[in-house]
Amino acid sequence: MSGAPWITLLTLLPLAGGVAALITRSARAARWISAAFGGAALLLTIALWHSFSPASGILQFQERHAWLPALGLEYHVGADGLGLLMLALSAIVVLMSIAASWKNEEHGALYYALVLFLEAGLFGTFTALNFVHWFLFWELSLIPAFFLVRLWGGPARARAATQFFLYTMVGSVALLLAFLLLFLATGSFDFIDLAGLARNGQLSGLLAQNLHWPGWSGDEIAALICCGAFLGFAVKVPVVPFHTWLPSAYAEAPSSTTMLLTGAMSKMGLYGFLRVLLPIFPAQMQHLQTPLLWLAVASIVLPAFAAWAQTDLKRIFAYSSINHLGYCLLGICAVLRVTGANTALAAEKAAAMNGVLLQMFNHGLTAAALFWFVALLERRSGGLRGLDDFGGLRKAAPVFCGLMGIALFSSLGLPGLNGFPGEFLIFKGSFPLTPRAASISVLGLLMTAVFLLTILQKVFSGPLSERWAAFPDLTTAERALLLPALALMLVLGVYPQLILSLVNGTALQLVSQLRF
Amino acid sequence: MLAWTIYISFLGAAAVMAVPRENARPARWIALLCALAGFGITLAAAMQYRAGELMTVADARWIPQLGIEYHLAIDGISLTLLLLTGIAAIAGILFSWNIERRVQEFFALYLALIGGVYGVFLSFDLFLLFIFYEIAIIPKYFLIAIWGSTRREYAAMKLALYSFVGSAMVLAGMIAAFVTAGATTMNLAELARYPFPVHFQMWAFPLVFVGFAILAGLWPFHTWAPTGHVAAPTAASMLLAGVVMKLGAYGCLRVAMMLFPQGLDPWGFHVLGFGSWRDVFALMALIGILYGATVALVQKDFKFVIGYSSVSHMGFVLLGLMTLNLIGLDGAVLQMFSHGVIAGLLFAVVGRMIYDRTHTRNLNELETMRLSRSLPFAAVTFIVAAMASIGLPGFSGFIAELQILIGAWRAFPAFAMLAGVGILVGIAFTWRALQKAFFGEAAPAAEAHPLPPVTLPEKLGALLLMTATLVIGLYPRLLVDLILPSLNSPLFAGLHKAVWR
Amino acid sequence: MSGVSYFALLRLTLPQIALALGAFLTLTLDLTVLRRRAQSTRFLAGALTACCGCVAAMLLLACASGQQTLFDGMMVANPLTRLIQMALAAFAILAVLLSVSSQFTRHVGEYLSLILFATVAMMFLAGTQNLLLIFISLEFLSLSLYILTGFSKRSRASAEAALKYFLFGGMSAGFLLFGMSLLYGLTGSINLMQIAAALGGPALDPLLLAAIVMVVIGFGFKVAAAPFHLWAPDAYQGAPTPSAAFIASSSKIASFFIFAQVMMLGLAGAAGSAGWQSYSSGWVMVIAIVAAVSMLLGNLAAIAQTSVRRLLAYSAIGHAGYMLLGLAAHTQQSLEALIYYVLTYALAAMGAFGVLGALEAEGVDELKSLGGLSRRAPVLSFCMFVFLLSLAGIPPLAGFFGKFYVFVEAFRAGSGELLWLVLLAIATSAVSLYYYLRVLKQIYVVQPEADAAEAIHTPLLHRAVLCVMAALVVLLGCAPHLLLQWIGQAMR
Repeated sequence: MSGAPWITLLTLLPLAGGVAALITRSARAARWISAAFGGAALLLTIALWHSFSPASGILQFQERHAWLPALGLEYHVGADGLGLLMLALSAIVVLMSIAASWKNEEHGALYYALVLFLEAGLFGTFTALNFVHWFLFWELSLIPAFFLVRLWGGPARARAATQFFLYTMVGSVALLLAFLLLFLATGSFDFIDLAGLARNGQLSGLLAQNLHWPGWSGDEIAALICCGAFLGFAVKVPVVPFHTWLPSAYAEAPSSTTMLLTGAMSKMGLYGFLRVLLPIFPAQMQHLQTPLLWLAVASIVLPAFAAWAQTDLKRIFAYSSINHLGYCLLGICAVLRVTGANTALAAEKAAAMNGVLLQMFNHGLTAAALFWFVALLERRSGGLRGLDDFGGLRKAAPVFCGLMGIALFSSLGLPGLNGFPGEFLIFKGSFPLTPRAASISVLGLLMTAVFLLTILQKVFSGPLSERWAAFPDLTTAERALLLPALALMLVLGVYPQLILSLVNGTALQLVSQLRF
Repeated sequence: MLAWTIYISFLGAAAVMAVPRENARPARWIALLCALAGFGITLAAAMQYRAGELMTVADARWIPQLGIEYHLAIDGISLTLLLLTGIAAIAGILFSWNIERRVQEFFALYLALIGGVYGVFLSFDLFLLFIFYEIAIIPKYFLIAIWGSTRREYAAMKLALYSFVGSAMVLAGMIAAFVTAGATTMNLAELARYPFPVHFQMWAFPLVFVGFAILAGLWPFHTWAPTGHVAAPTAASMLLAGVVMKLGAYGCLRVAMMLFPQGLDPWGFHVLGFGSWRDVFALMALIGILYGATVALVQKDFKFVIGYSSVSHMGFVLLGLMTLNLIGLDGAVLQMFSHGVIAGLLFAVVGRMIYDRTHTRNLNELETMRLSRSLPFAAVTFIVAAMASIGLPGFSGFIAELQILIGAWRAFPAFAMLAGVGILVGIAFTWRALQKAFFGEAAPAAEAHPLPPVTLPEKLGALLLMTATLVIGLYPRLLVDLILPSLNSPLFAGLHKAVWR
Repeated sequence: MSGVSYFALLRLTLPQIALALGAFLTLTLDLTVLRRRAQSTRFLAGALTACCGCVAAMLLLACASGQQTLFDGMMVANPLTRLIQMALAAFAILAVLLSVSSQFTRHVGEYLSLILFATVAMMFLAGTQNLLLIFISLEFLSLSLYILTGFSKRSRASAEAALKYFLFGGMSAGFLLFGMSLLYGLTGSINLMQIAAALGGPALDPLLLAAIVMVVIGFGFKVAAAPFHLWAPDAYQGAPTPSAAFIASSSKIASFFIFAQVMMLGLAGAAGSAGWQSYSSGWVMVIAIVAAVSMLLGNLAAIAQTSVRRLLAYSAIGHAGYMLLGLAAHTQQSLEALIYYVLTYALAAMGAFGVLGALEAEGVDELKSLGGLSRRAPVLSFCMFVFLLSLAGIPPLAGFFGKFYVFVEAFRAGSGELLWLVLLAIATSAVSLYYYLRVLKQIYVVQPEADAAEAIHTPLLHRAVLCVMAALVVLLGCAPHLLLQWIGQAMR
């Protein structure tokens, strides 16, 4: 699989699919087209995965072309374990989302086209290595997402979509400004080149020398830039004080779109942490480690409590999504810990980093599955999804409840399901590195269990009300569609090595960059 | 061959007038063919053009008594703008396919305007350039005054007078330069080589610069622009914002800055913190950016939003020019192209697709119409245009404004920051207009009449413009490879020497 | 001084004689043979004879060559004067042709011959360097123009205008004569060359300054420069349109030419300077002030006019200002520019009045009555479009190049000392576009009133003449070097 510009093709594939879907104008055809292109993209990703040599964990399948030489802009793409993982996740989540909206008559051709555009944006973001076109795809993914929410969302969609868009846009602008400053100082937009400069310790020198800010040292400028970039990513993840757009956006978006938002798009922020912040600003991130750590803890604990207080299923899962991504942040912060020559702690760092990558994938899978179930529930209940609207569904729809239970337990982190290994590795790494923060974070784990079990209890158990006596169970087609996803959850729970083998090299590489 | 763009336009204007009054169809087709031919010729020339050279198109003695020549030539900068003119001309005609009143006159004036614009971009003799520059004024006036809407006569007169005042300033500077250089030549290259005394440049530069910049919408001389754009019929606003404002910016670069580079030098003293004309104009450009964007944020009339956004975007062009570094100037020229296309698209949506169907541009009324349902094509077009306009990556606006910001950062960091704020406000007003016009949630006031669907010419025009902005956004080298070598050419040697950084 | 050579005199004045003969012939024919014919026939035949006279004069002028001076500068013939005289004859033809279809008078022969007589006077005016002959021919010209102004006997406005013109003209003649007599007193000569020689000293006699002021006032009336313009709006408005066209064009050419001759030849030594903050007294300064006042007043007052003819009159005052700018520059090239300007201005002004003349039958005078003209008379409207834009100085029309050339030369003269005046001129010309556009707006933009929607029929000849003039305006704008070459050759 060498020679051909596979990554570019992979990005263009859904784009072409989107255009094709738009042209057909028929929802039915568009559905099939999107499924076909989504499937093709997944197959291509798997093929890439196969030809990827995971041992070194370095960037592979690189393509580099001059784009605008005057500005030093290049088209530079490539993928390492992290990138491939995200590609695979995006491809899977998009397929799940398409499957979840299969029978939805409201979703016309435009819907599927937008989903495919979003996928293209995701692919582009996860493979780009030059800021400019990375940013292009970063924004490109935002716009379809916005319209998916805006056009097919719930009653308060206008507000939610606007809030979503504005928050992310502010983050984007911060990112843009940060990279402009970097470019002005170094003349490069390339992630790899910038990381190289940072590794050699030239970055802050260049910043001080070329920006001429009176009274600012290079390190201070670098810290400022780092904060700007952090803001951009933190909004996307989201990290706690920047998260307020998320619950309403997730709740108002149609569930199949929420799957994309939480399953794939929220990973863009974390990906940014790993691809941009850690390699380019290692020292600055290290300085900011303590506040970051507390933000991570806040992102774990507070949303867990908030989720407990919700009655809307979608909002609960939305908050739980923040909580789950908080673990990733915790792992990243743990990796930033100064360990000096302590090799044992360095090994813990590798564990935490592996955990972060695993958790990113697994959360995507689980959250998407959960929202899928919400979508199925909504379709049956006519849009109702309140915690107190149901009860005893177990009796009426045992298969539905059973399968959803798997997803819920996976989210809860039950050993044997995919939620477990990632969180386990993160905590395994974090406890020795940041014992206090890790211990407080356990509170989040606890609360997650509480509210997820509450759902089990209130929705599935209890007396079955008259209203839901005829609650239809999953159809065969739905079961067939859900099955692969749930199977994957089980497999990954039992055999996380499937992913770890792929990303371990990259995780080690990421950690090795942070020699403190 | 390129000279034929001018001739074809003027001959086309004459031919259109000859079409009998009863049947307007041939007039449209003639106009479209002329525009297509013009664009085709320009494209062909762009293929043959070798980057960096000054390609002479025509050179003949004209008024030997004054050393004035009929000299047409192109470099990368003019070629870029010629391409823009070609695109805008075609799109404008496609969007005025529905004009039913005084069709012949409309297209004749339209083609005359196009011919004048081609002429300006092609001229390499200052006198000739000025002639074409003024030729463009009169058709503008009539296009607005006859086929316009809201306060058309007032707006048209305002536009004409502003243009004329601007060109009077240019005329004064031009005569002064001509006489000072010995009154033997008007050739731009030769004038650019002539070492004008510094004190002369110090007053000639602002005179000519402001003269041209009035047409480019330089704050505080921009007030013609919103009213003019709003009153003008769709095609005219497209040309006005798309091409005519570029005439001003082009003049600033090609005449004011190329001939009087030392006018940008520091004065040697400071007044109110300004140390040179460069500071003054950069500040004006910045105010234009912020002011245009802020005012656009509170407009009720959809077209006023776009009109003020033009002021804001043209502020970027002028700011880019004042950066005086390669990247900023490159960005400025690219922004001229980009804004030309995008503004055309925006005006097409507002003026043609929406106003001609709903007969209102009031955002509050549009809010009740749910146009995203009834006119999905218009909505998609506007979304694309809006994305391009706010400078999302992948569209031409991004790469242009990025370069301007980088250039501005190197020249005036604080201004670059504020210009960034301008971009944010730009996002806000575009956003607001998009929300209100297309995705309004307000209850429909009355049973809406079904709106006529978007016609084929409109779709073609919109596709043309969208393709242009996307192609340049994704592959800016197409134009940058034309522009940069020309900025590095000896023509701008004075500018290099003076203040290039 | 040698004896009088009557043969030389005859040869020199042949064109004038031909023209005068043409005038007499027109008069006689009309009074005898054509007396009882229809008005249109009379006009056509009269115009034909009158044109024959003009053409004969032009041919004679074209055949002549070389430089001649008779009677101590009383009669001068050189290529430049011949050029001017030819232009005057050509404008006379145009004036005659444009009056063919007019209805204001039954006295066709008298009218046409008066135009020719006025032209004869102007040709004498152009071909002399002698104060006495200048004054006499100027009076001859004025007398003809007074009558032409008042020729519409049924119109009170016409009579009033004629009286006003006459009174102001008489006064100006007085000033002029007084100034000339002072000049004579100071120098002892009435020949411009000798006056110039006698004045060749650095110091400026106060008496000479008085003479200069008087002369400028006198000519200022003739060329309708502010503040001596008061007759012009009334005369332009009240006079029959063909007369107004003639006054606005031909008489401008002759007056400006002789004004320039007197100043630049006769008072060459007393020019002084009008530089900003570095002026020295002399006629240039006086003229510069008059020019500035004319530009400002003419252009600003024109904005407020509601009558098209008054508007044109005020614009003429403004244009006089620009031409005076060329005069103030007093270089060889600026004279060239001035001549180009005045010729193209005259063409456009006559054209504009010609269009108004065609609309006379419709009672068009107020700006409002022009509403929607473009649909009622597209050809006339387009001609008006060309003429007015040429007057406004929009390229590529002749008026633009005239302005440009005058401004360039004025700027060049005296190393930029007239810069302030040039800037003022450019600024006021920007203002002028406003009122020209107001007229064009009425014609093209405004809808015709309901009761005046039918097409206007204009005689073919009239339209053809106007079209030819418009084409000339365009041609001279696109290819100014054609006329410039001519003027340049004549001046060398």
